[in-house]
Amino acid sequence: MPEHEAEARQGSPAREVGVFLRRRREQIAQRWADEPLFRAVFTVSRDEAVEAGRTVADALAEVATAERVVDPEAAGFTLVREQLARMAASRARAGLGTAQVSREVDALRPPVVDLLVADLADAPAGRLRECESALTVLLGTLRLVVLETALSEGEALIDRQRLQLLEVATPVIKLWDGIVAVPLIGTLDSARSQVVMETLLEAVVDQQARYAILDITGVPTVDSLVAQHLMKTVAAARLMGAECVVSGIRPAIAQTIVHLGLDLGTVVTRASLADALAHALHRLGADIVHASSGGAGSR
Amino acid sequence: MTDEFSRPPVAPVPVLRLGDVLLVTLQGDLHDSTAEQLQQDITERIGSSGATGVVIDISGIEIVDSFLGRVLAEIAAKAGLLAARTVVAGMRPAVAITLVEMGLTLPGLRTALNTEAALHLLGDPARSGSAVPRPGRR
Amino acid sequence: MEAAAGVDARLPIRSDLDLVWVRQHVRQAAARLGFGLVEQTKLVTAASELARNTLVYGGGGQLTTTRVAHGRAQGLRLAFSDRGPGIADLEQALRDGYTSGDGLGMGLGGARRLVHQFAIDSTPGVGTTVTVTSWAGRPPRPGHPREEW
Repeated sequence: MPEHEAEARQGSPAREVGVFLRRRREQIAQRWADEPLFRAVFTVSRDEAVEAGRTVADALAEVATAERVVDPEAAGFTLVREQLARMAASRARAGLGTAQVSREVDALRPPVVDLLVADLADAPAGRLRECESALTVLLGTLRLVVLETALSEGEALIDRQRLQLLEVATPVIKLWDGIVAVPLIGTLDSARSQVVMETLLEAVVDQQARYAILDITGVPTVDSLVAQHLMKTVAAARLMGAECVVSGIRPAIAQTIVHLGLDLGTVVTRASLADALAHALHRLGADIVHASSGGAGSR
Repeated sequence: MTDEFSRPPVAPVPVLRLGDVLLVTLQGDLHDSTAEQLQQDITERIGSSGATGVVIDISGIEIVDSFLGRVLAEIAAKAGLLAARTVVAGMRPAVAITLVEMGLTLPGLRTALNTEAALHLLGDPARSGSAVPRPGRR
Repeated sequence: MEAAAGVDARLPIRSDLDLVWVRQHVRQAAARLGFGLVEQTKLVTAASELARNTLVYGGGGQLTTTRVAHGRAQGLRLAFSDRGPGIADLEQALRDGYTSGDGLGMGLGGARRLVHQFAIDSTPGVGTTVTVTSWAGRPPRPGHPREEW
């Protein structure tokens, strides 16, 4: 194994995904060239499609290596923004709605995930899951970037697309049987909070999840309206028979909540997404045990 | 139950018995009178059968307004007086969001994701008040 | 300028069977205008509350539904009117927990929180009209230059 790969194994999942994307650049580009998004845009030459695929793969690798998989503003994306804009515009001109373009971008994920799973066949299951999750989030962000660029395509589309953007920016991840999570990144306004609430509750039904984790580690500030939305989400989940755990409340936000005089007393909170997952697993009757210490629970 | 009350023929909601539990499945758009009738039927059935639990599956219900919300809360309260616990199962997200926006969070009501989870919840006497069934036994 | 696209329908509210028709009609009208599922559910629930008020407190009345447009925004306006005794103290009637009849006391106040616009016009001895409007997607922004409420 080359040295930088050995490093990656110990590094963050995002970094490992970056290394993987560079290593598999050619295969990824070849597979993408056969997907509708590339095929439909580069109708004349498959080589052009492959070249475009390489560019996108490089951009993703850069973003992953910089550990900014959730950030649509990451420097790596600026390299491909213009190209993605051309592709999105071309699809929009072909009469595709945002949802269809979104699906086409989504279709880029399975081939890459397959390669990742094959590459990490020997890695521990937990590691594979972390990497897969990082890759999924990364491609979700790519989708966000593509749709963002598509937004410039005409004012008439903006309202509809804005809502879809919000949904795209709200990836619900199944962490375990019966546990779903939404890692929220960036500013929460009222409209987005509403989408988050609806998306999370839909996932609770789809996955029959008894635990729903709202992770707000990546949310810089919370105003009273947003805090109210969070509490409404918790209350609605309860009515549906699920428990909503809020994780990653930063000290600044905790202070805001106190300042606003809001009572989070009835809301289950945990310091981190990991703690929230451990809480939910424990309640599901599946405790995390360190294999080495032979049985000491993690909590 | 007959239709002697000069009403259009509104079918009463069937109340099934599963061991110690009464199971009611609500569907479609409920008339106020049907909901009130149901409340009465359930209370009577608990009295006559000695059931210790009631599961009301509302996954087929598109609207819960304050009237139906009150009926559900009253069924739970009356069942409680008869030493039976009530679980409302399968509330749809849009319904839950609407109730919360209205300010109706029905704090006294036990809830579950589906009928199966509700039966689990009732089958475990250790848990009385929580909305979430104790998992890990499937 | 907001434009009313004409009255779509008038529905009687005389019995609890009529409440079912009101809910179904509002659901279909909202769906046709492109309301999302949650927005539909909120508006139908509000309609159910208000129609029941019309029935129980107003002694019956009618619902008038109107499609409204504001720029690209499409909305649905529902007016519930009765010739009942009217509401003497509106503020009190809108407060949570207040009820002079059956229910959880959430009727008016609850309905108000489920719609984008809410207006109530009541004269003791003459009757009450409650008018609510909701929009598909985002409501037209207040403060917008073309806004004229």
